[in-house]
Amino acid sequence: MQLDRDKLLWMYRTMLLIRRYEERLVDAYLEGKMPRFDIGWGPIPGEMHLAAGQEPVAVGVMAHLRKEDTVTGPHRPHHLAIAKGVDLKKMTAEIYGKKTGLGHGKGGHMHLFDPAVKFSCSGLIGAGFPPAVGAALAAKMQGKDWVAAAFAGEGAANQGSFHEALNLAAIWRLPVIFVIEDNSWAISVPRSKSTAVSSNADRAAAYGVPGVLIPENDALAIAEAAGVAVERARRGEGPSLIEIRTFRYLGHFQGDPETYRPKGEVEELKKRDGIARLGRVLTAQKLLTESLDGELRAGVERELDDAFEFARSSPYPEPADALLHVFA
Amino acid sequence: MTERKLTMSRAIVEAIDQEMARDPKVFVMGEDVGPYGGIFGSTTGLLQKYGEDRVRDTPISETAFIGTATGAAAEGMRPIVELMFVDFFGVCMDQIYNHLAKNTYMSGGGVRLPVVLTTAYGGGYSDAAQHSQALYGVFAHVPGLKVVVPSNAYDAKGLMIEAIRDDNPVMYFFHKGLMGLGWMTSPATAATPVPEEPYTIPFGKAEVKRSGTDLTIVTVGLMVHRALEAAASLEKKLSIEVIDLRTLVPLDRPTVVASVKKTGRLLVVDEDYRSFGLTGELAASVAEADVPMRRYRRLAEPDVPIPYSRPLEQFVFPSAETIAAAARAAVA
Repeated sequence: MQLDRDKLLWMYRTMLLIRRYEERLVDAYLEGKMPRFDIGWGPIPGEMHLAAGQEPVAVGVMAHLRKEDTVTGPHRPHHLAIAKGVDLKKMTAEIYGKKTGLGHGKGGHMHLFDPAVKFSCSGLIGAGFPPAVGAALAAKMQGKDWVAAAFAGEGAANQGSFHEALNLAAIWRLPVIFVIEDNSWAISVPRSKSTAVSSNADRAAAYGVPGVLIPENDALAIAEAAGVAVERARRGEGPSLIEIRTFRYLGHFQGDPETYRPKGEVEELKKRDGIARLGRVLTAQKLLTESLDGELRAGVERELDDAFEFARSSPYPEPADALLHVFA
Repeated sequence: MTERKLTMSRAIVEAIDQEMARDPKVFVMGEDVGPYGGIFGSTTGLLQKYGEDRVRDTPISETAFIGTATGAAAEGMRPIVELMFVDFFGVCMDQIYNHLAKNTYMSGGGVRLPVVLTTAYGGGYSDAAQHSQALYGVFAHVPGLKVVVPSNAYDAKGLMIEAIRDDNPVMYFFHKGLMGLGWMTSPATAATPVPEEPYTIPFGKAEVKRSGTDLTIVTVGLMVHRALEAAASLEKKLSIEVIDLRTLVPLDRPTVVASVKKTGRLLVVDEDYRSFGLTGELAASVAEADVPMRRYRRLAEPDVPIPYSRPLEQFVFPSAETIAAAARAAVA
């Protein structure tokens, strides 16, 4: 499936939006946490897992998805949520714990739910695979050509939920795309110490489904593989598995001392940054000029200004609102 | 006109059948729910009527298929999913209590999950520690799940239809020894007249099965029958009120409180473990209502795993005889 100019520019701009969103979150998260870091302090308390470096995965897959398609994400969800089209203002407000947030301040950054674009995520590793199978089952039973994509890190591929869900989706030939974001690190444990096979794509064979390894953190290569998987799913031919070697620039969570990480690793990865990479390709194809790039970046900043302003200026929930919404 | 009597399993199947006929979004999945009809007869005949698309046998992958129910429900389907024995919750509890039970809350009410999670509970037939537990207290303890425990066929049908129509996750516990299976004895009183037309029983409404003035016995499920038998055996000496809670979440505290106000004495009978469960919860509920209680007693599984050998197993579960003895002691 050929990506047109608009889609390619959407991919580039969305990656910029994700990167800048998280750069702003890095700063916002540190507010109230200096000079002494306490995870419970500041306008954004709690854990914060950022996806800087993994933007190509989000846009490469989401380039093929529609609003009606379902996405489930893991505890590191911002790139996926933004690329799926989750309301950025409400998402930011949720992260700030505000009443106007997606979950009225009940979920926070690991638990973002936007039914309008069928996005959800979970703080439990590998937990998003089974609900994606369920969404795909619902689509199939209702005669729709909608698909579901489940994203998780390479650490999640050692959870039973991954294998159970792959098997179930395969038996029932459900339209699910399993996407493994291999950023090499499960918190501090490297892939070599967690995974018996060289690529999780090899595990697809165990369930009789296609498995593809994308060895580069390249949005276009990811989009090509995802296009094949999504089309296959829409045709009713069943699930696929894609593993992508992607990059985690930051710690597992903000505040992670990363003593386990080889010195200089991140600097080397950044030389192969996925955003700059797509930018070079688009420039070479004359789809992107310096002035258009400037326009896109300025637009991103304005969008982010609005989202963060909305979040900061929104009211907190009433404390006793904690008692609401246990049941629908 | 003779009233039509059904076993509890037939009543459950009839409820599911009528709802599947009414609403195409209702479907069933779980282990052995298809040709087998459910190990405990909770889906008998549904496959033949509705086909494989709506009655789905699953692999032994509880995490996958319970999570699948959550995902399908979020998209507007109304799955009925079976966890064969509640004891098996250990392999899939994350999908139940971290996702099914919490997603509505964490989404600020934005996500609705109309899932009925049916599960078999209970012992009495020497199935030992991993296939005999009650465990409804665990699920009643976790916020976000409604918990239903019918004691007879009439309630089973009405509560099942109510569960299917509820927009929230409902855990529907059926005692294996109430289902009326050919291979496991049920109390004769578990099979009851059941109207053919669909009807609902609202959650959170306990039923006073027998009224009395000396002592209130509160219980649920199979123990309702044993409590009634105990009360009948003592009726010449004691006037005992027996309350069937029918649902644990929501819990009908007012009915219990009103009864204790009248009798002044409470005996809670529970097949579940004694500590940190239903028995303590009811004592606390009455105390918080400032009702003077002259006597509080509880008879429950004595905080040991369910043993295998018949005399050992019979020792740990309340029986009509031990309930009667506890009742006499509570009034003495």
